[in-house]
Amino acid sequence: MDTSTHSSASSSANSESTNARERAPSGAMSSVSVGNGENRVSKATDKVKLKAEGVNVFYGDTQAINGIDLDIYENEVLAFIGPSGCGKSTFLRCLNRMNDTIDICRVEGKITLDERDIYAPDRDVVLLRAQVGIVFQKPNPFPKSIYENIAYGPRLHGLAKRKAELDDIVESSLRRAGLWDEVKDRLDKPGTGLSGGQQQRLCIARTVAVSPDVILMDEPCSALDPIATAKVEQLIDELSESYTIVMVTHNMQQAARVADRTAFFHMGDLAEVDTTDNIFTNPQDQRTHDYITGRFG
Amino acid sequence: MSLTIEQRRQHRLETIEKSLSKRHRKENTFRRLGLVAVLTGLTLVAILFASILSKGVPAFWQATLYTEVTFDPDVIDIAPKPERQEGETQYAYDERMTQWLTQAGLVNWQSLIDASLEQALGEEVEPRQLRDLRALVASGERYALRDRFTEDPSLLGETVSLKMLASADVDVWVKGNIDRDLPDARLQLSPQSRAWVDVLQEQDVLRQSFSTSLFMNTDSRSSLASAGLAGAFMGSLFMMMVVISLSVPLGVSSAIYLEEFAPKNRLTDLIEININNLAAVPSIVFGLLGASIFIGYLRLPLSAPLVGGLVLTLMTLPTIIIATRASLRSIPPSIRQAALGIGASRVQTVFHHVLPLALPGILTGSILGVAQALGETAPLLLIGMNAFVANVPGSPMDQSTALPVQIYLWQGNELRNFFEARTSAAIIVLLGLMLSLNALAIWLRKKFETRW
Repeated sequence: MDTSTHSSASSSANSESTNARERAPSGAMSSVSVGNGENRVSKATDKVKLKAEGVNVFYGDTQAINGIDLDIYENEVLAFIGPSGCGKSTFLRCLNRMNDTIDICRVEGKITLDERDIYAPDRDVVLLRAQVGIVFQKPNPFPKSIYENIAYGPRLHGLAKRKAELDDIVESSLRRAGLWDEVKDRLDKPGTGLSGGQQQRLCIARTVAVSPDVILMDEPCSALDPIATAKVEQLIDELSESYTIVMVTHNMQQAARVADRTAFFHMGDLAEVDTTDNIFTNPQDQRTHDYITGRFG
Repeated sequence: MSLTIEQRRQHRLETIEKSLSKRHRKENTFRRLGLVAVLTGLTLVAILFASILSKGVPAFWQATLYTEVTFDPDVIDIAPKPERQEGETQYAYDERMTQWLTQAGLVNWQSLIDASLEQALGEEVEPRQLRDLRALVASGERYALRDRFTEDPSLLGETVSLKMLASADVDVWVKGNIDRDLPDARLQLSPQSRAWVDVLQEQDVLRQSFSTSLFMNTDSRSSLASAGLAGAFMGSLFMMMVVISLSVPLGVSSAIYLEEFAPKNRLTDLIEININNLAAVPSIVFGLLGASIFIGYLRLPLSAPLVGGLVLTLMTLPTIIIATRASLRSIPPSIRQAALGIGASRVQTVFHHVLPLALPGILTGSILGVAQALGETAPLLLIGMNAFVANVPGSPMDQSTALPVQIYLWQGNELRNFFEARTSAAIIVLLGLMLSLNALAIWLRKKFETRW
């Protein structure tokens, strides 16, 4: 992978996303001014943060992922797209070993974070998840106060010695998630009482509070309305300054708007990965071409 | 063409309408059946409560004699109560005290009661009629009199107003729980006794008073009127303590392990199936198991609340495990993922997030399981808790009976007229205890309930 190309950003991503618009003419997303589509600048460096080599995933006897090799660069925004059931979420969840919680799931191959194998026997999964945070499809705040939602992670990892430090972490995390002004007067109110979009940003803040290196996002906007989606997308752009972000999305326009690079998954294969521009304007793989032009998916 | 489309549309609508009326009919039938079922259930419950309350509530009041008893020094002709002397050993003092108590026991206390009744009746009673007179008072009262004196010997020579329980026969007669037209031979009280009862009632010496004996006394066979629930109540309480302290921690922790940590394999499947089967095992089988293991093999005492508690723990465990697992399973997986995703370990996830959320369900399940154990009789019969025990147990190792077993025992007592009401009263006490446990369960659920 030529790393110099993906830093050229998705300046013309919007032109190709018209393809998607044709497919979904009602697309409310396109009517919302996201403010980062054309002029976003990639913050990616050429340092490989996460590296997958020959990753196979099995659910029982069924193989869900077939030998994927992928490099993920520091501070880039990488989007996984592909039809339902193509394995993009499964692969994403391999990156912080969330698949460990599924009994029948088995992962083969090698995934390294900063050149250290994350599936090594001596690797502590708790530490790994503190480094590679995850935001889920459905906002899932704890049924506790907003403050407790954010404070839980830092407290768990002993990141704050005193109450004041914890308060600082809570405030800065909420600020990063663009939620501070909306909730600063009701930190003691339950996080579940927020709107869907606010809940999702609360979940992002909760992840940010542990200061991970990488944030995984599994369709973070699929349960949100267009305005909330726009806010989250803007947030992703801002977060990419300090975090590596890998997101799964069903929405190709979203990939086009926020991602530096896009990976197209198909039936457990990584069909193609390239700069978002190239994927949408000049796909090399026939399957990618068929998918983004709406032949299937 | 458009006509046929219109016709087809009409036809379609008619078809739907036809099926609609059928559907409505079905729905109405179902609703009516449901209503009938609910009403039937309610009626049966109402009948149950009406019958128990109408029989049991009168038993909370009991025929009582309000008399003046004189501690006559001529009758109580014994040495003064020994006092601890300087330089006397504890042993010597105890010895003297025992002697004195034996002396006190030999006093004819009954004659004091006789005298007080004679006074109340205003007539001399001939010695051949003493039997009829003594039939009026519960036979335990003479011991109550003795105990009162030995506790406070300064009563010697004094006249005291006393409440004495009338005998069970008198209570039955006064309450009209027996057909008064029966021939003398079939009535429990002699004609003379009945006449005296009428006199005492007229003079307001004999009247109904709240039956503290029902709560303060243990079961009694010699003085039926003073038979009470204290022993059974304490026995049940000790058993509940054993059940709660064993079955709740054991059940909840095994449920947490099985649900959250155990690998899913054949072994855990087998365990799961067996736990479900255990919940369906008849309770008397647990009694047999308890008798052979706890009593036969481990040599624990017979009739002890400890053994009863252990047996009921075995019986309650599957209920609690199943309720806890169901409650844990109802916590959305998103909460677990959220916690794991920030780097909580599985134990932290369970104890910080899942368990607090599952708590209301766990509490409800546990309390209902314990309430079920509280009402269980069959297994207790097999470990000897149906024995007649006239002591209030002081520890779970003492012999005792339990509330439901006491109900069973009273139900079988030969003095039906008296014990039918007594049984219902005991049922009311047991039901009250159960209802308060259930109310506690509801309150706890409401208190800890969390909105997502």
